[in-house]
Amino acid sequence: MKALRNYLDKIKPHFEEGGKLQAFRSVFDGFETFLYVPNATSRKLGTHIHDAIDSKRIMSIVVIALIPALLFGMYNVGYQHFKAAGIEGSFMELFMYGFLAVLPKIIVSYGVGLGIEFMVAQWKKEEIQEGFLVSGMLIPLIVPVDCPLWMLAVATAFSVIFCKEVFGGTGMNIFNPALVTRAFLFFAYPIKMSGDQVWVAGKSILGMGADVDGFTAATALGQASTSTTGAYPEFSWDMVTGLIPGSIGETSLIAIGIGAILLLWTGVASWRIMLTVVLGGAVAGCLFNTFGSEANAMAQMPWWQHLCLGGFAFGAVFMATDPVTAARTNTGKYIYGLLIGFMAIVIRVLNPGYPEGMMLAILLMNIFAPLIDYYVVESNISRRAKRLSTQSK
Amino acid sequence: MGQLFSAKNKDVLASPIGINNPVTVQVLGICSALAVTAKLEPAVVMGLSVTIITAFSNVVISLIRKTIPNRIRIIVQLVVVAALVTIVSELLKAFAYDVSVQLSVYIGLIITNCILMGRLEAFAMSNGPWESCLDGIGNGLGYAKILVLVAFFRELLGSGSLFGFNILNYDALKEMGYMNNGLMLMPPMALIIVACLIWYQRAKHKELQED
Repeated sequence: MKALRNYLDKIKPHFEEGGKLQAFRSVFDGFETFLYVPNATSRKLGTHIHDAIDSKRIMSIVVIALIPALLFGMYNVGYQHFKAAGIEGSFMELFMYGFLAVLPKIIVSYGVGLGIEFMVAQWKKEEIQEGFLVSGMLIPLIVPVDCPLWMLAVATAFSVIFCKEVFGGTGMNIFNPALVTRAFLFFAYPIKMSGDQVWVAGKSILGMGADVDGFTAATALGQASTSTTGAYPEFSWDMVTGLIPGSIGETSLIAIGIGAILLLWTGVASWRIMLTVVLGGAVAGCLFNTFGSEANAMAQMPWWQHLCLGGFAFGAVFMATDPVTAARTNTGKYIYGLLIGFMAIVIRVLNPGYPEGMMLAILLMNIFAPLIDYYVVESNISRRAKRLSTQSK
Repeated sequence: MGQLFSAKNKDVLASPIGINNPVTVQVLGICSALAVTAKLEPAVVMGLSVTIITAFSNVVISLIRKTIPNRIRIIVQLVVVAALVTIVSELLKAFAYDVSVQLSVYIGLIITNCILMGRLEAFAMSNGPWESCLDGIGNGLGYAKILVLVAFFRELLGSGSLFGFNILNYDALKEMGYMNNGLMLMPPMALIIVACLIWYQRAKHKELQED
C-alpha cells in the first residue's frame, strides 16, 4: 500500500495546472480520492457536520452492499438460461455464464456514466463527483438480461446528462439517476424492457450454454398482470431465494436482505424509509386483498407475495433510501416511505400496463420529497411559534 | 421601398427568428410545441398557420388600434384572432384534410397561443400596420423554426422517417439491433428537446444568460 501511495505522490505533479497531463487532472483526482481519504476532509467540529466520513466512503459501502445481489443475479442469469436450454451445468458453469452476460452491462454503464462525469468535471474544473459509483452499479442490476448494450449506453448517457449534470451534479439531482435510466429504457424501448422475451438470456456465450429460440418466460408479476381469470402464480420459495426470471439484481430477497443489513448496520441507509416502504406496501396489499376485484389477479395476490416479487425489495433497500432524493426530515421519511410502498402496489394493481410499480412510485415520490420536508419543517416552526405565543401571554 | 425595409424594420422581422425567439427566449407557445411536433408535416402546417394568423391579426389590430376602447381591447383582439383561426381551420379542412385531422384541436387552440395575444398587446397596439405585419411574420416564423427543429429530431429518432419518408427503418439496421425510440413520440421528450435548444442558444449568446 505504501508503494501505491508513493507512486501516486510521484506522478501527481504531472496532473496539476501546467503539468503535461493536465487534461486528466480530474481523472487522477477521482482515483486518488477513491483510493485514499483526501487530505482535506471535514474535521469533527461544528454542529452541522454529522459524521467525518466523506461521501466516497458512503458510496463504497453501498457498492459493497450491492455485491450479494450482483453475484446472485449472475448465478440466476446462468440458472435461468441453462433451465431454458434444457441442459445441465455445474455451479461454476452457471455462474460463469451469468458473469459473462452481466459483465458487459457493468462495463457499459460505468464507462458511459463515468466518461461523462469525467468530461464535465474537467470542463468545469471541478472535482470528479462520486455519485456515479453507485448508480453505475445499480443500473445493470435493474434491467433485464437481454437489454441490448447500446440501449443501456443511450439511457445511461441521457440519465447522467439530464437527470444529474443539468441540475448541478451529485447531491443536486431531483430524481434517482439509476431509476431515470430504467424509466427511459422502459418508455423508449418497451419491447426490450417488459413482456416475456427479455428476462432469460437466449444466446450461448463463449461456447457455454446453448442458443434458445423463441423461449418465453414472463416474470411472476408479468403473468399476474396479463392474467384474465384472476389467477396469479402460486407462491414458491424460489420467489424468496430468487431463482425466478426478473431484472438481474432484483429477484433474491436473501441477497438483498444481506445488503440491507450491511446498510442499516453502517447507518448509511435510513431504517425509517425501509420500514415504512414495506409497511406502506403491506397496507395497500391488504386493502386490495380485502376489497379488490375478483377478476384482477394483482389484487388477489396475497400482500406478502407482492412484497417478495418484482423490484419491491430492491427498490425499498437501495432506491428509496438514496439520501439525495429522499426526504431528509425524520417525520418526512416516514411519510415518504409509506407513500412509496402504497403507490407501488396501487400502480401494480390498478394499471395493467405497468406490472412493475416500484420504479414509478419512487420517481413520483422523489418529486414530492422536498415538499414533504417543507411542510414538516413549517409545521415544526408553527408549533413552536404557538408555544411561544401561549407562554408569553 | 427603402423606407419599408429600413434597418429598424429588418430588425423587427429578424430578431424574433433569432435572438428574441418567442419559444426559446420568451418561452411562449410551449404547449403546442409539445403537442404537434411528433411528426414534421403537422409541425410545418402548424408553424405556417400561426405565422399567417399572427401576421393578419397584427395588421387588423394595428389598423383599428386607435378606435379600440382600452377596457375591452382583449375581447376585440380575441374576436379578430378567433375569426382568423376559423378561416384557417376551414381552409385546412377543405384542402389538407389529413393534416387537419392530425392537428385536431390544436388548430382551434391557436386562439389561446400566448404568442398571438403577446404580439397584439406588446406590438400591434402601439405600431403601424406594416411594422406589425413584419413583426407577426417574424414571430410566426420564429415559432415555426423551433417547431420544425423539434419535429425533425422527434420524427427521425422516434419514427425513423422524415415527412413520412423512410430514413432509418431498414432490415439491415434492425438486424444490428437498432430500434426507434418510443419516448421521442411522447411529449416529455419534446420538452427536453426544447430545453436543449434553449441551452444551445443561451450558451451561444452570453447576453441571454441570467444570473
